[in-house]
Amino acid sequence: MGDVIMPKMGDAMTEGRVLRWIKQPGETIKKGEPLAEIETDKVNVDLESEEDGTLVEILIPEGEAAAVGVPIARLARPGEGEAGRPTGGETRPAATADQATADRAAAAKPPRVKPAPATDAGAAEPVRASPLARRLAEQYGIPLSSIAGTGPDGRITKEDVEAARAGRRQAPAEQAPRPAAATPPPAPAAGDVPLSRMRQTIARRMTDSKQHAPHIYLTVSIDMDPALALRRQLNDGAPDDAKISVNDMVVRAAALALRKVPALNATFTGEAVRHNADVNISIAIALPDGLIAPTVYHCDRKSLWEIAVDARALAERARAGRLRAEDLIGGTFTISNLGMFGVEVFSAIINPPQAAILAIGAARPQPVVRDGQIVAATIMQVTCSADHRVTDGAEVANYLAELKRLLEHPVWLVTSPPAAGRADA
Amino acid sequence: MPELSYRDAIRSTLIEEMDRDPAVVLLGEDIGQYQGTFRITADLLNRYGSRRVIDTPISELGFVGAAIGMAMLGLRPVVEMMTWNFSLLAYDQIVNNAAKIRYFSGGQVNVPLVIRGPNGAGVQLSAQHSQSLEAIYAHVPGLVVAMPATPTEAKGLLRTALRGNDPVIYMEHAALYSLKEEVPDGEFMMPFGVAEIARPGRDVTIVAYSRMLHIALEAAEILAEDGIEAEVLNPRTLRPLDRQTLVASVGRTHRAVVVQEQWRPFGTAAELAAAITEGAFDLLDAPVERVTGADVPMPYARNLELLALPHAEDIVRAARRTLYRETAETGGRADG
Amino acid sequence: MADRATRTSSNEGVAAGSVATTDRTGIDLTDAVAWYRQMVIGRRFEEETERAFRRGKIGGYLHVYSGQEAVAAGFLAELRADDIFFTAYRDHAHALFRGSPPGAVMAELLGKATGVARGKGGSMHLFDVSRGFYGGYGIVGGHIPLAVGAAYALRYKGGDQVCLCFLGDGAMNSGGFHEPMNMAGLWGREGLCPLVVIVENNQFAMGTPVSQSSAVPNLAARFSAYDIPAERVDGMDFLAVRDVARRVITQVRAGGRPQAVEALTYRFAGHGAADVFQPYRTKDEVETARARDPLAILEARLREAGLLDDARVASIGEEADEMAREAMRFAEESPPPPPEDLYKDVYGNGA
Repeated sequence: MGDVIMPKMGDAMTEGRVLRWIKQPGETIKKGEPLAEIETDKVNVDLESEEDGTLVEILIPEGEAAAVGVPIARLARPGEGEAGRPTGGETRPAATADQATADRAAAAKPPRVKPAPATDAGAAEPVRASPLARRLAEQYGIPLSSIAGTGPDGRITKEDVEAARAGRRQAPAEQAPRPAAATPPPAPAAGDVPLSRMRQTIARRMTDSKQHAPHIYLTVSIDMDPALALRRQLNDGAPDDAKISVNDMVVRAAALALRKVPALNATFTGEAVRHNADVNISIAIALPDGLIAPTVYHCDRKSLWEIAVDARALAERARAGRLRAEDLIGGTFTISNLGMFGVEVFSAIINPPQAAILAIGAARPQPVVRDGQIVAATIMQVTCSADHRVTDGAEVANYLAELKRLLEHPVWLVTSPPAAGRADA
Repeated sequence: MPELSYRDAIRSTLIEEMDRDPAVVLLGEDIGQYQGTFRITADLLNRYGSRRVIDTPISELGFVGAAIGMAMLGLRPVVEMMTWNFSLLAYDQIVNNAAKIRYFSGGQVNVPLVIRGPNGAGVQLSAQHSQSLEAIYAHVPGLVVAMPATPTEAKGLLRTALRGNDPVIYMEHAALYSLKEEVPDGEFMMPFGVAEIARPGRDVTIVAYSRMLHIALEAAEILAEDGIEAEVLNPRTLRPLDRQTLVASVGRTHRAVVVQEQWRPFGTAAELAAAITEGAFDLLDAPVERVTGADVPMPYARNLELLALPHAEDIVRAARRTLYRETAETGGRADG
Repeated sequence: MADRATRTSSNEGVAAGSVATTDRTGIDLTDAVAWYRQMVIGRRFEEETERAFRRGKIGGYLHVYSGQEAVAAGFLAELRADDIFFTAYRDHAHALFRGSPPGAVMAELLGKATGVARGKGGSMHLFDVSRGFYGGYGIVGGHIPLAVGAAYALRYKGGDQVCLCFLGDGAMNSGGFHEPMNMAGLWGREGLCPLVVIVENNQFAMGTPVSQSSAVPNLAARFSAYDIPAERVDGMDFLAVRDVARRVITQVRAGGRPQAVEALTYRFAGHGAADVFQPYRTKDEVETARARDPLAILEARLREAGLLDDARVASIGEEADEMAREAMRFAEESPPPPPEDLYKDVYGNGA
């Protein structure tokens, strides 16, 4: 007998809602078969069974939400009777649509089945700190999670922040900072549109990023004529599903550049900078009610065509609301491209806990001076926002220089990178 | 400046105002021939006669209501409530008439009325005679609630009440009647809604009024021995309440202890704590602490009565908790 | 005549300087036609308010005075311009009879800025201090001590004004009656309480008849406990009420000692506008009472004396209807109180 738990299907996911039970109690199920449809902050996904068995009991009915890690159904393994030993269904935390309640419940009683280890700050419990301590910590740029609280239940006080600032009391912290509990919302007014779950997630994560990650911004102009010429050659005569986009080339270039300058392929954990072994690039995709950034894995090891196929599939799944859980985690760097909207240059907010994001503008014909002559060239402006806690301007400049070099010499995008580049693979 | 007791400060102000303004009349039980239960009105019947110093029957509803009617006609009645415990018999008159007539008449008529008398616990008077009722009056729009803690405040606030246009709940404290200090001469007035920093300090703000001000100052002395500089803030009037000074003080100290003699739930300390949270949330380094009377009818036995009242030590411990110098208490205290 | 002129000058509806008239039994008919007209206006006004209530124009409670007009009219007819009075929540007619503009009274009922209390009080809290009307009050018995204190203040300030206090039969059972009546009795011994207490005994405290709420159903007799002289009068007969009012007010003005009058009357309408079914009384009982409609009684007396005829009755009726309609038109066209009035007049110090 085993529990089916509410899985964590996104970095910031704290709870999910059961939209529909595809299997009913008594039905047998094979590993990988969809059990239920789950609505998360961003997408609706099928929850697939992790093992063969028989669905014994549904713990969270359709329409109700449960915190990540909470059992939502019980499954009997083959050979086990349906009337297997009770697993304490009476202790199931109350399912509720109320985010705050679910958060509190999750914080108050650890789920019986521990959720998958969090890879980021999203799963962190709220840091207990006095309002003054929060303010001071923000002012001094000290992450609350790096401060040991000496008040009741570990509450961080003004004194603790002052001590941390003086370097006296740095504590090992397990989690990255998280914003304080939101203040109560004002009463709704006419014209208010309630926040969708996606909007809430965007609001929370972007605020978190802007409040905690000191952003630095660097912009370079890249001559795209060589890349566009190569693209024309590559796409000439190719079937539609094998064509590559400018963005695919940028993704490939960005990934190769990250291999060269790994400082930007990092995660800030609060106590340390974690350099990620894999180069997984999240691609921002605009949806009617918000924005989502699913991940293309191992972009440094994939060919331009593989990246193109993966990116196209991701975009289709995102627009259909059918992204898979793994699509939403694991990104180590994000690319946001507004070039197709004619935007020339913009700055993006870092997608936490990543350390940097690339904002791609439109490739437009512009006069440039080449060999003393004014000639027309297709220029694309690229802005990199980076977390100054993780890296510095010079390193970001190195990174952009490498990106520029790759795109202006696009032959590197279609040849195998030098063997040295695989050292970390 | 003459030295005056709290009692004489009240009495002399009544005399000065009665001499100045014939519209001032006194009503109450045993204020004339008996000279007043706490002798605030001693000799006043002799001085002003029975038209101005009116001994009433034991009819709180009746004489408070009559005083409201007098005030509507332009007199300035001062009702002596023998103790505020008895005011509950007149609560309808105070809440439904005195507080509202100006409003529901569309501003056609004022009720310049003062109701004064001792509030709070005495010594072994037990449940019906030991209540602090300021919160039930401070809750009501249309009333002013003044809580003088010193002879100076007694004089200044009473004169302001007698020169104003509104019904004033003027709550004395029996334990303070003999307290003496130098009091400004002349027609000295103290504005409503202006708090006083009774003692400056930087570490924690202690808010207290009436008798509790004195135990708060005592607590501040004890804290000072330990290097903790408490700021003691006396709101003087609960309605209007000087939120600005309160929030500014807590903004400097980042910690607050609010003190009241009455029962804990829904009391003035709760309102003061809310005002602090609303105005200084981001500047607080600890939850606002409340020091209050026990949530029980006042017992008679002296040892129990002492347990039911706030003491300086309680304030000291609460202040230390806000500074994380002391862990939260777990049970034991009757005010929990 | 000077006294009469002063007395009526406060009442815009009654012509000043009328000629003294008596009927053949010697009852004074001076100004009686004008008061008949006032009572018809009061009745039509109340009928208009009932219609407005049913249409949702008037909110909250609505207590109409139909049937009791002779009581307020009889006493207010004898009130001097500088005298004052208090009453409870069935107060529309009192305001009208004292001369408050019908439009301002109706506007108050509709919660408008032009109301007598700027829309802050509503039906139960009409006020017109400029005319000596110190308010309608909503807590049964709660206004009685105010009137006692006000009477004291009048005499304390040295004038010879009187204070009337109208109250219902139900209020006599509240503590708010007994404590101040005892004080009035005491203060009256010193000549310091020029108070006339008028019990409008309309037979019911909401739905409870007097016989079930008062151990001594003779309400006038209960004043003897406080040494306050009291008498009863037929509250459906304006001329009788006015006769008693004239005598009692004169005595109280002279002596500063309170007196009481129990006026036996009947409420034709329900207790409030929500009292539709009136399970505490039969339709027959109401019909029987309507046979002694105070308007009809006065009309008959005036016809008998040759002071009214069909044409005059009809024209007064039309005029009263027109006044009620005009009051409603004024009220409906008036603006509601501005939002900034919400916090206005909570305190007199402007705090």
